[in-house]
Amino acid sequence: MAKSSVAAIDWITVLLFLLLVGFGWGNIYSASYENQVFSFTDLSEVYVKQGYWILLSIVLIIITQAIEVKFYERFAGLIYVISILSLLGLFVFGKNVNGATSWYGFGPVGLQPSEFAKSCTALALAKYLSDMQTNIKLLSYQVRAFVIIVLPAVVIIPQPDPGSALIYAAFFFPLYREGLAAIYLIVGASAAVLFIFTLLFSPIFVVVSVFLFMIGFLIARTSFMNKERKSRIYLVLGIFITILILSYSILNTLETYKTLTIINIAILTSLITALGTFIGLFTHRKLSDRQKPQYFRFILIFLTITSFCFSVNYIFNNIFEQRHRDRFNLVLGKEVDTKGIGYNTNQSEIAIGSGGWTGKGFKEGTQTKGGFVPEQQTDYIFSTVGEEWGFLGATMIIILFVLLLIRLIHLAERQKTQFSRVYGYSVIGILFIHFAINIGMVTGLMPTIGIPLPFFSYGGSGLWGFTILLFIFIKLDSNRVNEW
Amino acid sequence: MRKLLLYLIIVTTGVVFVARLFYLQIYNTSFASLSEDNAIKVIYDYPQRGAIYDRNGRLLVTNQPSYDVMVIPRELKPFDTLEFCSILNISKDKLIKSLRKARVYSPRVPSIIVPQLTKDEYAYLQEKMRKFEGFYIQKRSLRDYQTENAANVLGYIGEVNEALIQRNPYYLSGDLIGIDGVEKQYEKELRGVKGVKRIQKDRFNRDIGPYKNGKFDTLPVNGKDLTLTLDSKLQAYGQKLMENKRGGIVVLEPSTGEILALVTAPTYKPELLVGRKRSPNFTKLVYDTLAIPLFDRGLKAEYPPGSPFKTINALIGLQENVIDTKESVSCRMGYYYGKRGKKLGCHSHRSPLNMIPGIANSCNAYFATVYRRVIEKYDTPQEGIDNWSKHVQSFGLGNYLGNDLPEGKRGKVPTSKTYNRMYQYPTYKWYASATLSNSIGQGEVLATPIQLANITAAIANRGYYYTPHIIKAIDGRPIENENYTIPKITTIDKEHFEPVIEGMHQVYTQGTASSLQVEGIEICGKTGTAENFTKIDGKKTQLTDHSVFVAFAPKTNPKIAIAVFVENGYWGSRYAGKIASLMIEQHINGSITRTDLEKWLLTHSLEEEYAKPYSGEPFKINQ
Repeated sequence: MAKSSVAAIDWITVLLFLLLVGFGWGNIYSASYENQVFSFTDLSEVYVKQGYWILLSIVLIIITQAIEVKFYERFAGLIYVISILSLLGLFVFGKNVNGATSWYGFGPVGLQPSEFAKSCTALALAKYLSDMQTNIKLLSYQVRAFVIIVLPAVVIIPQPDPGSALIYAAFFFPLYREGLAAIYLIVGASAAVLFIFTLLFSPIFVVVSVFLFMIGFLIARTSFMNKERKSRIYLVLGIFITILILSYSILNTLETYKTLTIINIAILTSLITALGTFIGLFTHRKLSDRQKPQYFRFILIFLTITSFCFSVNYIFNNIFEQRHRDRFNLVLGKEVDTKGIGYNTNQSEIAIGSGGWTGKGFKEGTQTKGGFVPEQQTDYIFSTVGEEWGFLGATMIIILFVLLLIRLIHLAERQKTQFSRVYGYSVIGILFIHFAINIGMVTGLMPTIGIPLPFFSYGGSGLWGFTILLFIFIKLDSNRVNEW
Repeated sequence: MRKLLLYLIIVTTGVVFVARLFYLQIYNTSFASLSEDNAIKVIYDYPQRGAIYDRNGRLLVTNQPSYDVMVIPRELKPFDTLEFCSILNISKDKLIKSLRKARVYSPRVPSIIVPQLTKDEYAYLQEKMRKFEGFYIQKRSLRDYQTENAANVLGYIGEVNEALIQRNPYYLSGDLIGIDGVEKQYEKELRGVKGVKRIQKDRFNRDIGPYKNGKFDTLPVNGKDLTLTLDSKLQAYGQKLMENKRGGIVVLEPSTGEILALVTAPTYKPELLVGRKRSPNFTKLVYDTLAIPLFDRGLKAEYPPGSPFKTINALIGLQENVIDTKESVSCRMGYYYGKRGKKLGCHSHRSPLNMIPGIANSCNAYFATVYRRVIEKYDTPQEGIDNWSKHVQSFGLGNYLGNDLPEGKRGKVPTSKTYNRMYQYPTYKWYASATLSNSIGQGEVLATPIQLANITAAIANRGYYYTPHIIKAIDGRPIENENYTIPKITTIDKEHFEPVIEGMHQVYTQGTASSLQVEGIEICGKTGTAENFTKIDGKKTQLTDHSVFVAFAPKTNPKIAIAVFVENGYWGSRYAGKIASLMIEQHINGSITRTDLEKWLLTHSLEEEYAKPYSGEPFKINQ
């Protein structure tokens, strides 16, 4: 280990890491302690175990810092293969815990290889993208990168652990940074929006809306084909404003005639059309070079969306299991159930909500003590923060995470090698997805997807996985001075 | 550009989360209370209600354990309903109904299924309890009455009603509260303060220890014991004498204002309103609308005071200096006034009379004369009446006495306003003669028995009285309430009382109560015979006169002042006078020598008299 690289360690990141781990441990202690007397050795206490995991992770940190940077780059492929094998090995040697075969059992302790596979995949992707030949703007390379990312996810899904598989969406971050076309982002975002709307309403509704939107868009677009643009602008604006006023006035009278769905539909359709027109107008400048709107392309997009909506509907109703449907329906507000399927989320919201401004104080959370929130020391640890530390404490944790992520973007951007940068963005993506999904779930904004909060949730494999993930990047970053 | 988008995504997510936290933790307050409901169980520790003693330290009211059968519907297992019902002596329908009600109320919170078991039922059920899962027995404290008397004074306790729970957060549904009498008046002293324990619950609703190590818990404060001014022996004797009659007796100690006895008749035994039998008994008492046993006649019945009121008029006459003790007034079987020779009748006695024999013989003409002079001393009858009214009110008439029993009536003392309204002044004028009935305690004057007793006490004290009160000591410490320890002074000078008292003394020695003397006790009293009316089928009908008597004894250093009111008791000395006489003898001598008189009272019932107006047949009065 070069002396200079120790000095070059980004201590801000390390400090943020230590804060999160320390605070996380305190909350695990509060959420899980059984005996009033504090113990260092009673391994039946969850917080004692987590304490040892934390101590052992220091060893891991030292190891990651001791290894030459070149090692990571050179053996990335091998590490990746080993991790895939370890995931596959679960099907033979795995231990079933809570219905998922995600663990290797070593006596009392278990290891969850999927927690480490993330780092391995990040290394492999970094290695692949940093290859001189790889051009992510070309489809064939995109496909190969995609395979590298999706392979572990595919192996993890049948464990079954769809939550952990979902994390691999995180690699969108490095791909996007390295120049993946924005269209993927647009398509992805549109797909998500369409997915939610299809579930909320019905596929026919969404398809009709999309159709109307496109009509509006086309009206706006065609109006720029001709030379007399200015007059057309006024015409379209006139139509647009008329529709707006009409829909607004109808909406006003509608208050008393809520049963008249025809009027409802009329307003909705005109609004959607108006939205299409508006966006068509708004974006025209960029695309005005085009001589002609490509009708064929519009039809193609429309057909794709139609088939997407109907297949979403089909998959949701026929392939998803009821528990998955329930989770989505709860978040979408289509079902209200605080006793059965909505119990976790409801209890978590109660615990957080009862915290108020400053919370009930360390070890004073009544919901936490009463064990009302299931899995509170693991996936729902943030509800303890909310209850015992209140709005201020919970906000502080969110700020810490945001700071860490921003700091990591800063670090990634200052990397001199593509390998380090891709790896850095992978770390950012993975941490971000965990952070977003976990807190979204605990605060009732997202469906229940059981993944831990990085550095916070109880669990040795998780903690080690995140520690290794982060500290490999810190090592890479500290070594940037030695490059070139 | 691309870097910016990633920043944006991260920061936006953070902002959305903070907004969501703000919504959950600050904006929407319902989660906080949900959490309290969820995780904290509040248990109340009820203190023993204070005991009540009489003035001689005799225990009147204490507590007895009572046992409620409780159910937690969720923990219910199938059980032998037939056996359960037969042990508790309830019908199966009732059991099913109460179980349903309990389940609707809450499946996990205990509800009462059968309240207030007797000791025997409890003992029997206790053995079988293990067979009935989901049921358990909860101990409660009930009142235990050591006396059969004074129900009107002691009052009773019952479950607090919804309206009061809303007003006073101390009380919770199912709590017991004093509803009448001393129990109500001294509720705060008697009940003590209940203790609160907060228990942290887990998600299975199990107790896992005190909340915040008991930081918010409080210990119960025991209720205080009360000592009443009541002499339970005298009270019992009064109630015995009043059996089969309607009316009230109020006995005061003039030197302190302490209520020695407060009898109302008919009444009920206090134990009737305890425990499971409370509800049916209470209904029975409430629905007795003729005898109205729940109505405390001693405190609340407003009667025309009749002749005892003449003593007040005599005092006012002397104070206003419109008559002296020597001047005689002639009486020709009544007092004639007005242009058409109206007459205020009187009975036959020698004439003319001055003040002392005037009182002794209760001469209507004498007091009509005095009263008229009092009113006509002033330029207008309005001024005259108001001046007279002021004197009368200084005896505690016409307003609440301010005693420490939660019920009472103001009575009535007319003022110029009363008559202005009545005679539509100034359209029509009115004069002293129009109010002449006031001179003999009829007319517009109304008083409750306790007010009459208070007047008597004021006369006995020669010009002042202490507000009557029932409380003597709280937790053994004598009361210090200035309302009861500082005398109220009347507007009559002390020297004017002696002739009036002498007149009252002669009532016994040679006047209307001469047959009721008690050997060795110098009693001063005044009989009264009050006309009264009721409405039968909308028609004003006169009923048999009320029998009224006030007295105090002995003449010097009086120990007792008494007012007795017997509804439709013919005339003053027939019932009320006899009762007063026996009560005085009982209180001062401690025993009764005139057993024939006592026997006469115990055997004479007025029930027939009370039934008359409701018989539907024509009836004669005063026979």
